Amino acid sequence: MAMTDNQKTFDHDDDNVVVIIGSGAGGGTLANELAQQGIDVVVLEAGAIHTRGDFVADEWAAFSQLSWLDGRTTSGSFRLARDFPNLPAWIVKAVGGTTVHWAGASLRIQPHEFEALSHYGEVADANLLDWPLSYDDLAPYYDNAEKRMGVTRTHGNKGLPGNNNFKVMYAGAQKLGYDCNTGHMAINTVSGNGRAACQQRGFCFQGCSTGAKWSTLYTELPAAIETGHMELRPEAQVARIEHDDSGKVTAVVYFDADGNEQRQKARLVAVAGNSIETPRLLLNSESSMFPDGLANGSGQVGRNYMRHMTGSVYATFDEPVHMYRGTTMAGIIADESGHDPARGFVGGYEMETLSLGLPFMAAFLDPGAWGHKFTNALDQYDHMAGMWLVGEDMPRETNRITLSETKDSHGLPVANVHYDDHPNDVAMREHAYRQGSNLYKAVGARDVYEVPPYPSTHNLGTCRMSEKAEEGVCNSYGQTHDIPNLFISDGSQFTTSAAENPTLTIVSLAIRQAEHIGELMKEGTV
Amino acid sequence: MLTTPLSRRVFLKSSGGVIAGTLAFASGPIALLAPSRSWAMSLDTLDSRQGDMLLAVARHIFPHRGLEDAVYAYVVKDLDRMAGEDDAVHTLLSDGLAVLDDEADGDWLALDEEARMAVLAPLAESDFFEQVRANAVVSLYDNELAFAHFGYQGEEGNAGYLRNGFNDLTWLPDPPKPEGGYLPDEEPEAQNT
Repeated sequence: MAMTDNQKTFDHDDDNVVVIIGSGAGGGTLANELAQQGIDVVVLEAGAIHTRGDFVADEWAAFSQLSWLDGRTTSGSFRLARDFPNLPAWIVKAVGGTTVHWAGASLRIQPHEFEALSHYGEVADANLLDWPLSYDDLAPYYDNAEKRMGVTRTHGNKGLPGNNNFKVMYAGAQKLGYDCNTGHMAINTVSGNGRAACQQRGFCFQGCSTGAKWSTLYTELPAAIETGHMELRPEAQVARIEHDDSGKVTAVVYFDADGNEQRQKARLVAVAGNSIETPRLLLNSESSMFPDGLANGSGQVGRNYMRHMTGSVYATFDEPVHMYRGTTMAGIIADESGHDPARGFVGGYEMETLSLGLPFMAAFLDPGAWGHKFTNALDQYDHMAGMWLVGEDMPRETNRITLSETKDSHGLPVANVHYDDHPNDVAMREHAYRQGSNLYKAVGARDVYEVPPYPSTHNLGTCRMSEKAEEGVCNSYGQTHDIPNLFISDGSQFTTSAAENPTLTIVSLAIRQAEHIGELMKEGTV
Repeated sequence: MLTTPLSRRVFLKSSGGVIAGTLAFASGPIALLAPSRSWAMSLDTLDSRQGDMLLAVARHIFPHRGLEDAVYAYVVKDLDRMAGEDDAVHTLLSDGLAVLDDEADGDWLALDEEARMAVLAPLAESDFFEQVRANAVVSLYDNELAFAHFGYQGEEGNAGYLRNGFNDLTWLPDPPKPEGGYLPDEEPEAQNT
């Protein structure tokens, strides 16, 4: 039985419903939070339902099953534009969105990172700005999010047991004087919150078949359906948002699973399609009243696209590691996540273990490479340990999502993703590569491989929140500056990327946004 | 895909060619999976000589000493499938292989390893080379024989390694608690660890 079989349904002409576009960390959480308040919600999700029983322990098969593979184009100097020109992002098209694929790292953005401009000062060719909310504003919502997601090492949840990959990272961290532990993960060490305990399968990216890892697919969404106030419509690809003469949004037009155009009226619309699709939708919704797209009076829709400074270091050892056994992200070092300009860059980065199976190690180790250097690395696959480096990247007006000349199957322009690495990103990556390499060499690494960025799973900032309307797209509640009943509910809201994996913050913002929308509705403002 | 014994059926069942061989290593992980030392793989579109050449090209692009030809055969199988689906790929491969032969007085396979590479390497930027490389980087490493050879357990992980080796590394000291975390049945001594 599908999770949607007995759900409450709403009429397409019901203009009292809140329409949420996307069912991932932002959309799925917002839907549940609104439904719990008794607010009627329709969630339009482009992807299909894949339940835990559908997940496969096979990297390429899972990639085909879950990934957003609809066309995109790329430009700019970042290496992904060359390595994967039509796959700039590794995100999910399925109910639950990228919470199906994420590794589970749940780190709070640090207080100073909310004040990037004030704290770092102006950075040339960057568009830094302070968030319109502080760490203290968000702290209670972080608490709420950590509790519902069961984040380890918070609120009395014990840490996950470290796997082999963690043991290598930990030993190296000791040599370098870093603190290292098994991290804050939204993965159950023991069963709780209606979810099972982690069995250390090692297929976090391919969908967690035990449900130990938090995902809206089997937490927020069924809980919202249970209230009788939420209808989930999978395979609903939104084309545009419509508005009336007063400039308020009134309906969402989408293509259903059969390719038929549908129109759902709405009292309020919240967009949570991930930071590439969200601005694409606003831009594709242009009208005579909003010729540059919805909520784009500032011209900032699609701009300040951030993908985090990323890279990986893999190292081989004389003795076996079998890094692929157990949680994908099994250990975290935060020592480099502070702001220390003496290192030659602003902001900081996290070091997090990562493992790839043999198929994806071949695909991502050095895209395009061949010959002995490449095969020598794979020959040592079972003696390999690895980490991912993830840090703050600079928002830039020129790094942006625009509408491509290429059209999708419905005739709508696809997103073009343009990204140039900022010198700060490059300096940080070099530092991170060096520290990662030093860590493994300190444990006796035989060979060390600096691996370039994978297609982005952290896509941020393209509809950023700002105090002043002219500097961004939405306010601290995600409410767009231009249209009071249009909200941004995903990582697009991020004013800056900070160093941390974004999901916990997206969830916390969604909880805060839901509370605010509830109040606005009670007041009759929206 | 490993058939044994090498039968007439394999030769007769398709219009394409066949590639065949004998496992080089009588023991080892791949031999354990294989029903016998001889193996054969039928092709639907490419002919036998093209199959043999592509196998050799794949081995030159991704040279793994000790990796059986039977694993490289997956690359040929994948290219054969693509050639069957897309005439442009079939032409690209056929033309590329013809260039190799042309550059080798008609028989690239007759050259020694070094001489083969001297003919192949200048083509590294060509569409032909890229077609083989891009397919091989997926198909060579995405099969059970490769998993066994390189030490990746693939779908075995589905049951979970919690009681099956996720933390069996013994050449480094075990991290202390609370940093190293807790098994499901281990209780922390203090709260909020």
